[in-house]
Amino acid sequence: MDATAGSHARGGHSHPTPGIYFKVAIVLFLLTAFEVLTFEAGRGGLGPALRPLFEPIVVLVLVVFSGAKFVLVALFYMHLKDDSRLLANLFAFPLVIAAVVIAALLVLFRYWREGVGP
Amino acid sequence: MSQAAAIAHPPHDVPEHPTATGIDSRKVAIWALIGSECLFFASLISTYLVYKGKSLIGPLPHAESQCVLHGKLQTCEGVFEIPLVTAGTAVLLFSSFFVVLALYGAQKGNRKMLIGWLTGTVLSGMFFVGMQVYEFTHFYHKGMGYGTNLFSSTFFTLTGFHGSHVTVGVIWLATLLVLAIRGKLPPGKSLNLELAALYWHFVDVVWIVIFPTVYLLR
Repeated sequence: MDATAGSHARGGHSHPTPGIYFKVAIVLFLLTAFEVLTFEAGRGGLGPALRPLFEPIVVLVLVVFSGAKFVLVALFYMHLKDDSRLLANLFAFPLVIAAVVIAALLVLFRYWREGVGP
Repeated sequence: MSQAAAIAHPPHDVPEHPTATGIDSRKVAIWALIGSECLFFASLISTYLVYKGKSLIGPLPHAESQCVLHGKLQTCEGVFEIPLVTAGTAVLLFSSFFVVLALYGAQKGNRKMLIGWLTGTVLSGMFFVGMQVYEFTHFYHKGMGYGTNLFSSTFFTLTGFHGSHVTVGVIWLATLLVLAIRGKLPPGKSLNLELAALYWHFVDVVWIVIFPTVYLLR
């Protein structure tokens, strides 16, 4: 269903309907279930045959799925999809800084630990 | 709607006072708070990741290790109980769904919907906090105190701060629930719930990042 089609007008912006909220909740639940199943398969909990298939992709799957869940909650439940661009920027700008801080610290400490640095 | 009725119940998205942005200042403020909280949790998550796998003694999250339990060095198994935390995660995710339905009810003036879903949200939050208290107690009995090793210090700091945010959210939403039951949360004041809901969703998205990073990443 189109999000805007089922929305109600609210002074220049619209919020999704309960039906859309429910669909998002189901997708969030399924993504979490897939995350846990991938983790279990990757450590051999679902049988030794699956382990070599899933072990190399666990990190990638977790990053992609948790990123998708984050975006879904922000867009639909926090209403950033329909709310003012100012509010989206207030959230996105610190989020970018946060991501850069995490990446920079990980790179810095890896560099230091491996003894490549000064 | 008559002018008197319009004053008594103003539309829920119109600022009470004129603002330069046209957006209610309280909504801008909560988003600014959420932005600053992103940086706060980024520092805790990066600290956890930087020290991941650097503990010299157990217990460890997934693997067996040597640890001191009851004053004796012995072999300890991994401490994490993934099914329990997965259940807590699912409940927290659904609580975000519950609170948007409560907000929808508040905006539509549907009191039954507002009170019902808001009660569900508060109970879900309490379940999550209870799950975390049980988990921390369980870890303590397995010999993992705050200062046991690098893993325990970074783990308790990160998840403890998240748990305290959930607790604040539960208290905030429970206060609004009491107001709703007393009939003091009409559609004109639904922004009060929208602000609490935004905070609650933020607590949820932080857990969406923490859950795989801490519990599923080996």
